[in-house]
Amino acid sequence: MTNEALQQTILSWFPDPEFTQPQFSEEGSQYLTVNTEPEQLHELMQLLKNNPETHFDYLFCLTGVDYGKELGVVYHLESTVHRHMLVVKVQTEERENPVLESVQDLWATANYHEREVYDFFGIIFRNHPNLKRLFLTEDWEGYPLRKDYVDEMNMVVK
Amino acid sequence: METAIKEPTTSKSNFKSEEYFINMGPQHPATHGVLRLLLTIDGEIIKKVDPDLGYIHRSIEKMCEKNSYQQIVHLTDRLDYLSSHINNEAVCLCVENALELEVPERVKVIRTILGELTRIASHTLWWGVMGMDVGALTSYFYGFRDREMINDIFEETCGARLTMNYNIPGGLMQDIHPNFVKRVKEFIPHFRSKLPEYDRLLTGNIIFQKRTKGVGILTKEDAINFGASGPVARASGYSCDVRKHHPYSALDRVNFTEALDTTGDSFARYQVRIAEMWESLNIIEQLIDNIPEGDFKVATNAVIKLPKGDFYQKVETARGEFGVYIISTGTKNPYRVKFRSPGLSNLSLLNHITVGGKIGDLVATMATIDIVVPDIDR
Repeated sequence: MTNEALQQTILSWFPDPEFTQPQFSEEGSQYLTVNTEPEQLHELMQLLKNNPETHFDYLFCLTGVDYGKELGVVYHLESTVHRHMLVVKVQTEERENPVLESVQDLWATANYHEREVYDFFGIIFRNHPNLKRLFLTEDWEGYPLRKDYVDEMNMVVK
Repeated sequence: METAIKEPTTSKSNFKSEEYFINMGPQHPATHGVLRLLLTIDGEIIKKVDPDLGYIHRSIEKMCEKNSYQQIVHLTDRLDYLSSHINNEAVCLCVENALELEVPERVKVIRTILGELTRIASHTLWWGVMGMDVGALTSYFYGFRDREMINDIFEETCGARLTMNYNIPGGLMQDIHPNFVKRVKEFIPHFRSKLPEYDRLLTGNIIFQKRTKGVGILTKEDAINFGASGPVARASGYSCDVRKHHPYSALDRVNFTEALDTTGDSFARYQVRIAEMWESLNIIEQLIDNIPEGDFKVATNAVIKLPKGDFYQKVETARGEFGVYIISTGTKNPYRVKFRSPGLSNLSLLNHITVGGKIGDLVATMATIDIVVPDIDR
């Protein structure tokens, strides 16, 4: 499916203008990008995966990002049937208590990747069955890949 | 005189079957590095495998945020050190795409040849260690013997045997050594004569087949769902070769067959890698006589600044799909770098395919998943 057709299909799932519509952009990225809201994330992801027209069954990259004011997650999706790709971006509402819906029920690979994001950015994934640190020890304080992480011992970056 | 056989004082029902934990690693030879597996077992039957990661986590993604784009390249061959050339290439391609920089044809061809040599070197090492994991020590020496020839080629041209650092954004560090073409052309027939030896020693071996056939079966649906890539996914019939679907460098002009199998067991993964070695030889053979003349790099600014935006590049390493995701704000340092490692996704399915099997089968399955721990930990 071309990017335009993909965009039309996704927009047709959210016809209600009062409901926040996903925002698209192709600027500054080689893939079509969808920006969505945290409360809409799981519904959108479910449709993207299960709709036969889009059929995004392969989540190949899940990245946590510190945008400054908010934290965010970037999902890179590919369809193994149609071979088209899509990037979904979502930002949490705040830094102090960042919560997003887990997508590990849709893609099993998200299990480890969400644990990694939790480990480094402190984003809590709701409905994750085993949300604990993946790489760092349980007693590690703070989230090292956040931009405001204070690293007094110079352990992370030398 | 009749010997009185004493009745056992405890009847069978007194022995309760209990689940217990056992640590496999972090120093276990079959975990290929510092990976710790927490096994829940009942007798010898595995109930759960819980990998404990992070023993060699070096925070490379955070380090990248403080370094320039030229410096990042040198960090990536510390990820999957057996695919170091391909990892370097991924970062260089990502930076070049962002700068809209067209590298000379000569660079593309040399990168692809070295990439395929890296793949063969990685697979020969895997083959040797695979045999050793299931108890055949000879394969280890065979594998390392042939890998040595590739390492010598690398040493002559790149100056290093393992962490090459030969790619730079814009091309290559220096031109190839005058002996390069000659030595690669010597290597191809040599390795073609050695690969049937591999089959004679291990592939047709009945003990080896019993250890791997029907062990650790992964279905195609699960492979996609767990984000598997590389030979692990292709052995389950999932066509995912980045070289085919998203060709980069000189891979768009070569003919090769994507190695696929549908069984999905350890033996299938083994056979896919053997087939890949043959295919890599074919790719090198198609390119080695046609290295175009020209420059080995294009000039870039001493300080590379990427335009504002997101850039993603995926390549096929020996272990699967490796991705570089750079978020740039237009400065000389990246805002965020993410390395999508094939190892982490491939490891995540280990629990799924080993539960219900025996500990010995876990070792055989892990060997065919072919993990490199620095690639998982990053």
